[in-house]
Amino acid sequence: MNELKSEIFVKDRQLVIPGETLAKGLDFLPSSGCYRVNNELKSKLLGLVKLKDRFIGIIPLAGVYIPKTGDGVIGLVEDMQTTIWIVDINSPYDAILPLSEAVGEYVDLNKTDISIYYDINDLIYAKVLNVSKSKQVQLTMNDHRARKLIGGRVLTITPSKVPRLIGKQGSMIELIKNKTKCQIIVGQNGVVWIKGEREGLAAKAILTIESESHITGLTDKITAMLEKGE
Amino acid sequence: MLKASENYVRKLIDEGMRIDERKFDEYRTISVETNVIKKAEGSARVLIGNSNVLVGVKMSVGEPFPDTPNEGVLIVNAELVPVASPTFDPGPPDETAIEMARIVDRGIRESKCIDLEKLCMEEDKKVWIVNVDIHVLDHDGNLIDASALAAIAALLTANIPKYEDEKIVYGEYEGKIPIRDVPIAVTIAKISNKLLIDTNLEEENALDARITIATNEKEEICAIQKGGVGFFTTDEIKQAADLSIKKGKELRQLVK
Amino acid sequence: MGKKAKMIINGKRLDGRSLEDFRPITVEVGVLKSAEGSAVFKFGDTYALAAVYGPRTMHPRHLQDPQRAILRCRYSMAPFSTNERVRPGVNRRSVEISKVLNEALSNVVFFEDYPKTGIDVFVEILQADASTRCAGLNAAALALVEAGVPIKDLISSCSVGKVDGEIVLDIGGDEDEFGEVDMATATIGNEDKFVLLQVDGIITKEDFFKLLDLARKGCAEIYERQKNAFKEKYKAGEIDVES
Repeated sequence: MNELKSEIFVKDRQLVIPGETLAKGLDFLPSSGCYRVNNELKSKLLGLVKLKDRFIGIIPLAGVYIPKTGDGVIGLVEDMQTTIWIVDINSPYDAILPLSEAVGEYVDLNKTDISIYYDINDLIYAKVLNVSKSKQVQLTMNDHRARKLIGGRVLTITPSKVPRLIGKQGSMIELIKNKTKCQIIVGQNGVVWIKGEREGLAAKAILTIESESHITGLTDKITAMLEKGE
Repeated sequence: MLKASENYVRKLIDEGMRIDERKFDEYRTISVETNVIKKAEGSARVLIGNSNVLVGVKMSVGEPFPDTPNEGVLIVNAELVPVASPTFDPGPPDETAIEMARIVDRGIRESKCIDLEKLCMEEDKKVWIVNVDIHVLDHDGNLIDASALAAIAALLTANIPKYEDEKIVYGEYEGKIPIRDVPIAVTIAKISNKLLIDTNLEEENALDARITIATNEKEEICAIQKGGVGFFTTDEIKQAADLSIKKGKELRQLVK
Repeated sequence: MGKKAKMIINGKRLDGRSLEDFRPITVEVGVLKSAEGSAVFKFGDTYALAAVYGPRTMHPRHLQDPQRAILRCRYSMAPFSTNERVRPGVNRRSVEISKVLNEALSNVVFFEDYPKTGIDVFVEILQADASTRCAGLNAAALALVEAGVPIKDLISSCSVGKVDGEIVLDIGGDEDEFGEVDMATATIGNEDKFVLLQVDGIITKEDFFKLLDLARKGCAEIYERQKNAFKEKYKAGEIDVES
């Protein structure tokens, strides 16, 4: 009868690796990053346990970006056809930006080359409109934040660390923006755009957050780094 | 080319049955024919069910390997030629062909069945090279066992060509290749958690994993290769070992 | 070809080890910057480096599987890794080893989580002193984890064999060349599930069964070492910011 009793073996924020047993019994339900085998819930990933009510999930420490509807992403225009742009969004899945989702006005395709709107190698901030079951990704510029990003520089971090970079209610990213006098846009896909006075310092802070996201005292460390300003 | 589906094969096996109504430890009809290719120094054709494999042994003279200067050289190669299956493409051996050749090679080599020292003409400089070439002509599953059986059958009946004035005189012979053991490879397949031997093509599509075990006349194991994606438990491996010794004895009777 | 002089004297092997000792093992994860995941695994002088790229877009496109990721594995030895230089590039042995490593790892990867993509695993043997495929497989499993590829569990690999009539763990150097039997194995974590099994050499059924038992013990020990590498690297505290 003891096998039926539910038991949890991990704490919130605990580091786990694939194969590690998180809980047993049917009272606990798997959220992302876990799988069930027989009566036990195990981790599929290297990451931190996230407990919410009866759900156990894993926040990965690494991994590529899998597009989700509603995500804001920064992408690079790779190619275009008559009515669509193909955008690299730092994912194994390419994304498509259809003309209808990018331009509000009527476009006479006989007279217009769509590159006048977005050309190859343009950087854009867009929203993921839809991800089909077969992983066809559609973007849209129909969002108040969506636009072409001009100038500045871009760097890439592990997508799962984006929340850490943004911080509780945006506190971390605001801290960096203020201290470096930069505009900073963070895509859910791990691509970050920086433009302003101390771009190098901002980049350094961001990369530090990425590599030490699992360590305590990070906020203080970043604050000190930005104060010192080098 | 409609064939029984994977699921159907598994379902039958769950119920203890096979598509062609054989028992789990039963081989299809096997036939072994030797000396089929006159121009080869040795040859054999093996049919297991509809699978058809032809092996030819060709000998040439060359340098020994640096770490075995007084031994002849054994080279095993396998060709999965396009005639044998709609799934075989022309071109150099792919990983399946390479793996198969190496499995057959290991059974022969590790059993030390060829007395390679007797194939040395001049230490460090000149030795006989024994090329065992496996040519698969028709693929209906279990190519490994068929190839290994044909290889040892061909070697057992192979002759060493005459060597005169630094040249090989093909067609004239001076004795047989010295063979002192008869290694037999038996492949055990795992489908739906059951172990079976001699899978045909349809069963191979439903395969979880396979393990090939080569044994010698003294019923010792000389080589093992697990293949395919799945896994084997210790118990399953032990069962496979017993099965391969038992079936190896039966197959050995066909070539001796 | 002379047989080497006695390799086991008073229960001690040429390098001083007992019959069931591993050579000194080194495990490191996240050693390369460019790869999504990477790891080093060493058994004594055998030095394997593995890197994982992906999941990434699979090229050529017609090889994509619309429902699953495709795993590609490449095992290769550096030219300077052995006494006699190895010609760079692919050879039949490396093709076969690439295949068995792929089959071993395929037991644990959650392929359906990443349809249409390719996951590339590269194993480079930088120095070879026997048991290279075991070291390579251990490193590859670690690299997959480091890359964030979802897997059921690690794959743990070790070699066992028969040397001078004795059953031993972790075949090294000369033991490979002059021993009687060499067996490479790998299990899913510490479970009784062999995903890699290759045996070369003549052995009785009974001795083979002993090797299987020793291999399981060995793989279980490797599993602990692999897990510890992550605990060591990510000595984490609590995190004060939520996601």
